[in-house]
Amino acid sequence: MHELMISQLSVAHGDDKVLKDVNLRIDPGQIGCLLGPSGCGKTTLLRSIAGLQSVQSGSVTLEGEELTRPGFQKPPEKRHIGMVFQDFALFPHLSVADNVAYGLRDLKGNQRNQRVQELLALVGLPDSGRRYPHQLSGGQQQRVALARALAPKPAVLLLDEPFSGLDVELRESLAREVRHILKSEGMTALMVTHNQNEAFAMADRVGVMQEGRLLQWDTPYNLYHEPHHAFIADFIGQGVLITGSVCDCHLVHTELGLLKAHLPLGSQPGEAVSVLVRPDDILHDDDSDWQLEVVNRAFRGSHFLYTLKLPNEELVLCMSQSHHDHPIGTKIGIRLEMDHAVVFHHQRNFENEVVQDLTLVDP
Amino acid sequence: MRHFLRLNRWGWLTLALVILMSTPLWVLFSFVFEPTNANWTHLSETLLPQYVGNSIWLMLGVGFGTLLLGVPTAWFVSQYEFRGRQVLQWALLLPMAMPAYIIAYTYTGLLAFEGPVQTGLREFVPLEVMRAFFPEIRSLGGAIVMFSLVLYPYVYLLSRAAFANHSQQAMDASRLLGAGPVRSFFQVALPMARPAIIAGLTLALMETLADFGTVEHFGVAAFTTGIYRTWTGFGDTVTTAHLSLLLLAFVLTLMAVELWSRRQARYFSLSTPKSAAHLPRLQGKSAWMALGWCALPVVFGFLVPAGQLLYWAVTTAETRLNAEFAQLVWNSFYLALIAGLVVVALATWMAYAKRLFAHPLVRGTVRVAMLGYAVPGTVLAVAVMIPFAWMDHRINDWMQAQFGLSVGLLLSGTLFALVFAYAFRFLSVALQTMDAGLSRVKPSMDESARMLGAGSVEILGRIHLPLLRTSLLTAFILVFVEVLKELPMTLILRPFDFNTLAVRAYEMAADERLADAGLPALLIVITGIIPVVYLSRLIGKSHA
Repeated sequence: MHELMISQLSVAHGDDKVLKDVNLRIDPGQIGCLLGPSGCGKTTLLRSIAGLQSVQSGSVTLEGEELTRPGFQKPPEKRHIGMVFQDFALFPHLSVADNVAYGLRDLKGNQRNQRVQELLALVGLPDSGRRYPHQLSGGQQQRVALARALAPKPAVLLLDEPFSGLDVELRESLAREVRHILKSEGMTALMVTHNQNEAFAMADRVGVMQEGRLLQWDTPYNLYHEPHHAFIADFIGQGVLITGSVCDCHLVHTELGLLKAHLPLGSQPGEAVSVLVRPDDILHDDDSDWQLEVVNRAFRGSHFLYTLKLPNEELVLCMSQSHHDHPIGTKIGIRLEMDHAVVFHHQRNFENEVVQDLTLVDP
Repeated sequence: MRHFLRLNRWGWLTLALVILMSTPLWVLFSFVFEPTNANWTHLSETLLPQYVGNSIWLMLGVGFGTLLLGVPTAWFVSQYEFRGRQVLQWALLLPMAMPAYIIAYTYTGLLAFEGPVQTGLREFVPLEVMRAFFPEIRSLGGAIVMFSLVLYPYVYLLSRAAFANHSQQAMDASRLLGAGPVRSFFQVALPMARPAIIAGLTLALMETLADFGTVEHFGVAAFTTGIYRTWTGFGDTVTTAHLSLLLLAFVLTLMAVELWSRRQARYFSLSTPKSAAHLPRLQGKSAWMALGWCALPVVFGFLVPAGQLLYWAVTTAETRLNAEFAQLVWNSFYLALIAGLVVVALATWMAYAKRLFAHPLVRGTVRVAMLGYAVPGTVLAVAVMIPFAWMDHRINDWMQAQFGLSVGLLLSGTLFALVFAYAFRFLSVALQTMDAGLSRVKPSMDESARMLGAGSVEILGRIHLPLLRTSLLTAFILVFVEVLKELPMTLILRPFDFNTLAVRAYEMAADERLADAGLPALLIVITGIIPVVYLSRLIGKSHA
């Protein structure tokens, strides 16, 4: 089956290490996504898989066959990998149908036309075969690029920032549509993006990259709720890290109260930790006696996002229903609703620990 | 319509200026309605078929030659890393500094019977064999080789930009779709660069048709030599004008092709944010092949002829480096200086006119003013001469009748006619530079300066001038060098006994005193390197 495996892959431009020991596996039919700020190496990783980038060490394996290892690189045209480029890279001198047919040189005339028609129908452009790329809108060019990459039935499809050239309104709907197409074709795919909404709309597995390292390869749910690194906690979703200190092996003291873990913590008493607090962990409650001052607020239509100040001047975020309109400077009541917490241990290189079965002891 | 005519004083002034500048062209066009005379009948039975035939052969040959030299070099330099690439990237532009007529003189000398090549070969090859097989450089084929060697940079420049700009991702896409490198080149990169290649090709062919010095020296009957002969030999204005119009028809066809391919290029460009693409490194045999092919035109298009010129210059310096030569240099430089200043002033005016009045009439007129670059020098010179000589005679007759004074040829017999012709021919060179410079001064900058309390003069002095300084200088240098190496216009329009470097080199070569042509020719080539250096710096910048 189509299984893509990357182990210990490293790439360097001169002394500049762009990828450092990346490991990654995508199961057949799965859609993976690499997420990270620009310059984190995600595109380089994609190009290494495609064979457009030479690698220093590590290997890329597709269906059990080694495509890349030190000293050997299978040329891109022999890899049977499809790719959708950031600017689509449609051939401007060829019609839409000829673009799609470009990779189908092994098929006979009639079969080829049939396959082209099939794909144009799949991407929702059944009547555009005779048109030229410059006559199409951005979204349509995107669909043609997808059809062209899918036409030769590649073992795996790579997508490099496929929606970044499109209007913001179009991106998410197209991302869902592309996911639908890939799933209906049973395609194994790996996408690169810096936009987490796209990543979550598309992917079964998401990897977050920073400075050439793949920090975590997980489901979107786990990345949000159980980030392995402080960077991921910050990069995915909204939230803040507040400081805390370990009281004993079951208790962490924070300004929000004592967090009581059922299982023993990894750190010694007295050690400093950071605790991730998401806006949905702190709920606004007019009846609560626990009052915090509003220092900032953002109206988001469906809800308010309040920035509240804790007694030690640390700030936390709080979500409330949109009709709870409180001006800056007033105090509002809150209550906590955390069933687990993510704790980062300072002494141990910000190693994380997920504290399940959490009990909160009010301050 | 009323809105269309609502132009202010500056707009009308610009319009009037352009109409005045392009008078020669309109006068020339008016000869379409003039009936042909006996000379034409004679010409059309004898030489005209040769002119047409040779022009077509020249275009085919030079077209093939420039493609052969320009496209592969552009491909290697833009797509691969290999030893020598850094140097070749700009060295490939050096032949642009070598005017076609000058390279023709050097190879005539090199390949002549008494020249170094034949002398050397005679050591090994019997004389009869040499006589039979050694090619005659002063021929149609020789001219084709000469033009190809110095004009391929047009193709190289434009196709290099096309290859570098938009084929990388498309090439990647092609390879991932299963096409190998060779197939990808022919099916994707080449078709995508086609409009740019054709644009470069038409520029090279326009230069070929405009050439006078090379075909004259090689004795190839072409339109330009025909026009020169008919004008100076027969003094037949009508037939000269008709020949000129026929040549213009060829040129206009090429211009239409160029315009069309530039339109196409619009659709053919992918606006790719150039990723940090690291060019694949060529090794072993392929690296040597790339190096060899790219070095070939540099060696034969620049190094060899420049070496020959240097040799001639050094050997003749003792007798030739005298007061006469100093006079020659002075004449050339101050003529180029005056022309450069006039053209840059005109170009600045027109660039501002286009910017300040976004009026279709102004834009249209400025475009007409830019047509000059397409008109071959010989044709333009004749076209300037016809109305100027007419005016001169009218003025002289009037002065004679009124005051009994003879003022001579005020317009056609002085530098005025020459500068006028240069201005029309080289305006577009300067205007393109000024347009590019001015486009960097965004209208919002004017507006924000005004909001900060600056008046028009202050805006001009503190914002425009500092930003335009490089463009002004660049435009001036480009025109200066063009004027310095210009031959046919200077030859026809110069005042009596007024010599320049180019004219002197031509005269020496015509007298078969090639070595004596070396010194003026070398000076022209050295000056010609300046814009090449500038161009290569531009390339370096766009690459960074």
